[in-house]
Amino acid sequence: MADTQLPLWEVFTQAGHGAPHEHAGSVHAADAEQAMQNARDVYARRGEAVSLWVVPSSAIIASAPGDAGPFFDPGNDKAYRHPQFYKVPRGVRVF
Amino acid sequence: MSVPPVAGARETPVANPLFEYLLRLGDDRLVLGHRMSEWCGHGPILEEDIAMANIALDLVGQGSSLLQLAGVTEGAGRDEDALAYFRGEPEFRNAQLVELPKGDFAFTMVRQFLFDAYSVLQLDALQKSTFAPLAGLASKALKEDSYHLRHSSDWVLRLGDGTAESHARAQAALDELWRFTGELFESDAVDEAVRDNGIVVDQAAIQSRWQQVVADVTRRATLTLPPAGASASGGRRGRHTEFLGHMLAEMQIVARSHPGAKW
Repeated sequence: MADTQLPLWEVFTQAGHGAPHEHAGSVHAADAEQAMQNARDVYARRGEAVSLWVVPSSAIIASAPGDAGPFFDPGNDKAYRHPQFYKVPRGVRVF
Repeated sequence: MSVPPVAGARETPVANPLFEYLLRLGDDRLVLGHRMSEWCGHGPILEEDIAMANIALDLVGQGSSLLQLAGVTEGAGRDEDALAYFRGEPEFRNAQLVELPKGDFAFTMVRQFLFDAYSVLQLDALQKSTFAPLAGLASKALKEDSYHLRHSSDWVLRLGDGTAESHARAQAALDELWRFTGELFESDAVDEAVRDNGIVVDQAAIQSRWQQVVADVTRRATLTLPPAGASASGGRRGRHTEFLGHMLAEMQIVARSHPGAKW
């Protein structure tokens, strides 16, 4: 069956000034203005956001599930990539 | 479009013009909000269903605040619930435009647009009122209605400049609704009397700005404005179409069947 849904858009909300925009979900809409209005109505109607981004879902390049191993696993055993790996020398003031 | 003289306008002084005026403001929003709420669960897509429920809630909330203020002004111990649920049809003071059945989606959106464009101008004037409680309510409602206008005018553009089907439906809605718009700009003894309360809304100025907004959006939507003609009137004095009574029966049945019930 043909997909009769309007195009999909991803919605990002910013909870407060200076905070990052975080993915909130998605909406269907015919164009950017309608996507913005639908995002406002669905994800920001209870005062959750001070700013909205909407992005066509098709514009997002996602990593493939098959990439998960090569992409992410090698980080697991490289503790030296975490700041906690390093001890702070005596005499350095810790804030 | 010129406003025809109000037939049968009340010549005798109005007992409590401020109360009457607040009823008009509140009833417009309560009745339109109820009509919009009839879409809940029936919207064309999920997102629009939520949008329409939001708009309905905004309008009912505005109606509630305005009727609460009306009740205080009346000083007879009636609160917003008493005014919303225990008045009969002839006691409602809304314009007939807002009580018409919701029709199809185009009818609902064109009606909403015609009202939003009016309401934004009206509230903008009211927030400058020296009657502080009303100025405060108007200021809050103006933010909500500005968004409603953005939403409804966007839909008028989409439907008018959309498919042959959507264009025909939007044009039919505009043709049917047009004669109900004149009532919004009527001015009578009540409007005159509330000037003493610092409520100065220049209906003629609002009408000419409203016409500009409506002409601009409908032109871009490739819709044709109907010619000026006979205008519906009477809602402000309690004379309504056959539709309001049916709507009120549904809106009021629970409150009347179980007076004072809480849940």
